[in-house]
Amino acid sequence: MAAGTGSLSVGDVVARQSYELTRESLVRYAGASGDFNPIHYRDDVARSVGLDGVLAHGMLTMGLAVQPVVEWLGAAGSITDYQVRFTRPIPVDGESGATVIVVATVGAVDDAGARIDLTVTFDGSTVLGKAQVRVALAGA
Amino acid sequence: MNPELQGRVFPPAPPYLVGREKVREFASAVFSTSPLNFDPQAAIAAGYADVVAPPTFAVVVQELSLAQLLGAPDAGIDFSRVVHGDQRFSYSRAIVAGDELTAQLTVSSVKTLGGHSLVTSDSVISDASGAHVVTATSTLVVRGDE
Repeated sequence: MAAGTGSLSVGDVVARQSYELTRESLVRYAGASGDFNPIHYRDDVARSVGLDGVLAHGMLTMGLAVQPVVEWLGAAGSITDYQVRFTRPIPVDGESGATVIVVATVGAVDDAGARIDLTVTFDGSTVLGKAQVRVALAGA
Repeated sequence: MNPELQGRVFPPAPPYLVGREKVREFASAVFSTSPLNFDPQAAIAAGYADVVAPPTFAVVVQELSLAQLLGAPDAGIDFSRVVHGDQRFSYSRAIVAGDELTAQLTVSSVKTLGGHSLVTSDSVISDASGAHVVTATSTLVVRGDE
């Protein structure tokens, strides 16, 4: 579905996507972002600080969670503001990984564009709070 | 941590030159499939000068300024106790390959809550002409003794 102008209503689901995180995903994000905190790729270090094992980078979760909105927008608009609260970490098992589900819903519509609210869940629980994307729509 | 950090303005961090391959690498890492992130012709057709960085790429530039805060000798921040609480980006425009960006951090608040410290900072990211690109706001939680 492409982003349109004047056709959005509060409550519309504009995008929905699931992502399979693996340990490789975390190593890839570490290299791309420069965040080499070892709790994101070493179980022994994660356990030494009281965790059960390796966790995904919060900024990886924030980064992938906005992608369904980016891809829905295409070249039809731009993101003017994006915020999240990190409420729950995502453990990434070495064997089974972790499945993250993102649902993007229209939260508000105004003359400039819209606010898209993201619901991001792992294992049935939300992992981000107040995850909101402001988008400006061309011609809106 | 040191409550007198509130209001402190750090000097601009070293400039960061956004490379096309770095944008592609970061885009792959956040599971992007948008042609704007990978294909210069698609980006140019959409009105950009070169490939467009994903929205959260700004954190890479912000990090240079956060390192100044976390490394300040009088800050009293134990990095091993730092947890990321909130993150926000407010954009004037998208980052594109070829941008030379500079982040300048201001500590907007320092609070204590239930034995933890919360430090909120605004990193204003500008391009080589001095124009605003994005402001990155982070709240870091520094856990107290347990």
